[in-house]
Amino acid sequence: MKACIKLIGVTLIAASFIAGCSNAGQNNTNKLPASQTNTEGNAEEKIELTFYYPVQVGGPLTATIEGMAAEFTKQNPNITVKSVYTGNYSDTAVKTQAAVQGGTPPDIAVLLANELYTLLDMDAITPLDSFIDKDPDDTYVNDFFPAFMANAQTDGKTYSIPFQRSTVLLYYNKDAFREAGLDPNKPPTTWDELAEMSVKLTKQGQWGIEIPATAPTPATWLFQTFALQNGKNVMTSDGKQAIYDTPENVEALQFWLDLSTKYKSMPKGVIDWATTPSDFLQGKTAMMYHTSGNLTNVKANSTFDFGVSFLPKKKQYGSPTGGGNLYIFKGIPEKNKEAAWKFIKFLTESERAAQWSIDTGYVAVRKSAYETENMKAYTTDFPEALVAKDQLQYADSELATHNVGKTVKALSDAIQRVVTGNSDPASALKQAQEEADKALEPFNK
Amino acid sequence: MLSAKFWRDNSFAWLLLLPSLVFLILFTFYPIGKTVILSLQQSDLAAREPIFIGLDNYKSLIGDSIFWKVMTNNFWFAIGTIPTSIALALAMAVFANKALRGKGFVRTAFFYPNVIPMIAIANVWLFIYTPQYGLLSRAMKYVEKGDLNWLGNPDLVMWALIVMIVWREAGYFMIFYLAGLQNVSPDLYEAADIDGARPWLVFRKITFPLLMPTTLFVMIVALTNSFKLVDHLFIMTKGGPDNASSLLLYYIYEQAFAFWDLGKASTLTIVMIVLLLIISAVQFFWMDKKVHYE
Amino acid sequence: MSARISNRIVNSVIYSIAVLWLIPLIWVIYMAFRPKELALSPKFTFDFTLANFVNVWQGAPFSVYYLNTIIIVLGVLAVQIFTVTLAAYAFARLQFWGKSIFFTLFLMQIMIPNDVLIFPNYSILKELSLLDTRTGIMIPYFASAFGVFLLRQFFKTIPVELEEAAKVEGLSKWAILWKIYFPLGKSAYISFALVSISYHWNNFLWPLIVTNSVEKRPLTVGLSLFAQSSETGAQWSEVTAATLLVSAPLLIGFFFFQKQFISSFMQSGIK
Repeated sequence: MKACIKLIGVTLIAASFIAGCSNAGQNNTNKLPASQTNTEGNAEEKIELTFYYPVQVGGPLTATIEGMAAEFTKQNPNITVKSVYTGNYSDTAVKTQAAVQGGTPPDIAVLLANELYTLLDMDAITPLDSFIDKDPDDTYVNDFFPAFMANAQTDGKTYSIPFQRSTVLLYYNKDAFREAGLDPNKPPTTWDELAEMSVKLTKQGQWGIEIPATAPTPATWLFQTFALQNGKNVMTSDGKQAIYDTPENVEALQFWLDLSTKYKSMPKGVIDWATTPSDFLQGKTAMMYHTSGNLTNVKANSTFDFGVSFLPKKKQYGSPTGGGNLYIFKGIPEKNKEAAWKFIKFLTESERAAQWSIDTGYVAVRKSAYETENMKAYTTDFPEALVAKDQLQYADSELATHNVGKTVKALSDAIQRVVTGNSDPASALKQAQEEADKALEPFNK
Repeated sequence: MLSAKFWRDNSFAWLLLLPSLVFLILFTFYPIGKTVILSLQQSDLAAREPIFIGLDNYKSLIGDSIFWKVMTNNFWFAIGTIPTSIALALAMAVFANKALRGKGFVRTAFFYPNVIPMIAIANVWLFIYTPQYGLLSRAMKYVEKGDLNWLGNPDLVMWALIVMIVWREAGYFMIFYLAGLQNVSPDLYEAADIDGARPWLVFRKITFPLLMPTTLFVMIVALTNSFKLVDHLFIMTKGGPDNASSLLLYYIYEQAFAFWDLGKASTLTIVMIVLLLIISAVQFFWMDKKVHYE
Repeated sequence: MSARISNRIVNSVIYSIAVLWLIPLIWVIYMAFRPKELALSPKFTFDFTLANFVNVWQGAPFSVYYLNTIIIVLGVLAVQIFTVTLAAYAFARLQFWGKSIFFTLFLMQIMIPNDVLIFPNYSILKELSLLDTRTGIMIPYFASAFGVFLLRQFFKTIPVELEEAAKVEGLSKWAILWKIYFPLGKSAYISFALVSISYHWNNFLWPLIVTNSVEKRPLTVGLSLFAQSSETGAQWSEVTAATLLVSAPLLIGFFFFQKQFISSFMQSGIK
């Protein structure tokens, strides 16, 4: 019997140890509520903002972000920003949504602009209109490029502020153009020219062009370029309808497929998003479709003369916008929201937006950023940096709907089925349309 | 009704089991029960409060072409990895069990993939399979001119992943065979030696039959593993192209944590649990037989 | 003739497979220490650099990841040893009501491993408010049916006479467990520990789901984020260096204590 009592004792100790562990863990994660109680009553009390961000363009930029956060704290001593590196965009989306579902949202996060409806469905984000209205600077929102604001607004409300945005560009190797007897200052401007030139540029050890189709977003994002050039966008602007199965889109997907099967100037199968720039830099492909966010990398690492241009047109020029916006979350103290708004304003100041664009190759999100001395000097030296911005007049928003994970997957599966030769464009898009309709059905009731 | 003696006799044992049981209930039984209930509900981004919908989730799985593709993939993944890795494991073990020079080297070479995280292995093999300058591409240049896009081609991707898994698993199964071989009495081999039996005959008539229980055990482990192994998909293919490499557990992950379709994720989890229980039942049945002829 | 010759053929086949098996490791080491500019060049050279490792260490908080992995691995092991010892002793040496029922309950964990219950366990963790904590990563593994069966098998081989002698000396049941069974089980514990450590060092999917923040992230999750963070082209040099960094401790441990590792895994397979 004695043994039993002893054992109960030990079990209790063990249990309390475990409970202790978990409490300790919780205290660590729930710094927010702690700071909340602190801030009530005393305005100068510390505020800590949790900031989730992805860095799609490679490792060293984490340091740049940390630097910005530190600079912000220098200007606002009572606010510290805990920046949390959360991987690439899709990892960041998963992590943020998981945190929201778990009841511990970050205060602020950079997420793909097309997450808007999903975040609204989760009731995760705060509309920014009250901050915008209160703000003394009433030109602030209008200074952003309209193409970037398209993914940030719905139902007359603004839910996010553009931060690191991009469009798709055609990168081409001028040396390869010269070798193939093409004019290095005349990149293809139409689909026909693209096909024709890519054939001329194809030789042993060098492809004419590479268009990556990694799932999910690179595939749909690059498909949107063709869809926009050949007609209209692949969804309605209220995010309730997907428009996949149209003759124009079938034609667009057929063209993509033709590059590898008919013209044989592009590798067959799914080309990887991450290795495409390496292929370009290594001279394994003479042209590539890739994000403008890659410009700085290509500039830094190319050993040859390269150029960038608008994507070739069919009926018109066109590219979807891409990249991340800044969102403020719900379920955080009001003080934190205000601090988060301050931080957003800080991050998007014209000078800073210009510098961020120069460091990364992303398009500077505000018009005034291109008026800064810094940017003017940079673009005089490197006019390629203006191409993505100039293309914005033809740009439209990235595929964004309710239940966006499923609608994007439906389309990217269809694209992959076609480029790998397992289906023809018409039936693949028909199936994608059915799947997307099913995913969107509950939102159309 | 129950006497004090009953409690005295049993309570110590129960208390010893208690700490384990708490966690077993919390993380095996309670979640399974909860999942059953959730699988009868619609709970996704469209329905913030779960709605009871009976068996609709199960019905819709029947019409879900991706679900069937994933199940087929799981099937081929098992067929592709299990027999090959078991055959290799057996050959390795028979060799490594002999008192030969170099046996330590061979054992080390075969086993080391098992102490490396799957996620690290995926990185390494991603570079092996990369077209144009991946290791395999470079090697193939000497063989033929063509360059294969291993992970970007739905007909090749499964093979590529199967080879990688065989590379990892064979050494692990070798260990079980080594253990099995230790239980085989050396007298049998001496007798065979005296009779002048050829090695292949010895293997066929003595080693292989005696290792049959081990083989069955390894098969079950391999089968269970073929459901669990999905880490590499996160790095190498994301289940693509067009779901050609996706597996059930990865599909569950996608539904739950990328699409937040919790009802569907629960339904898929139940399907997985049922499959695993069937495998265990088969194991029970076979293992019982084995006991009889031992 | 043939026995010896065919033996030789078999041996050389096995040797070549073994060499083949080592190629991925050699390739990783080669790439990790190779200067970045040469990463994609097909020519074989003996250039050597540590710059990749420096970049990795500065590019992502790997020291934090290391610490987390170590805390998780040791934390799980410590609790497991406690729970497993108690249950194993009960199953090995005590007669009690419901033994076979409890035994089946434990068996269920082997049939349906925690690894496949990712979504259900995630929602449990949410109920317990343990998301994004190290405890959350560890807690589903605190009970280990595998460990219970392994130790039970071992405890059964300990002569009952020892326990009886101890009883005569006046030791309590509790003392017998910790003063006799626990120390005698050393080799079984080592086996269990090695299997458990390599499992949790390498575990990925569960910690990926549970953690959101850098401070809680273990090595495997950190590695996967690092490897996929680049849009600018495959960062082969950095990623291979990071891969090596994450795998090295167990790999080195394995090369030094090869026999111990293999016999541990061997014991774990004997049922």
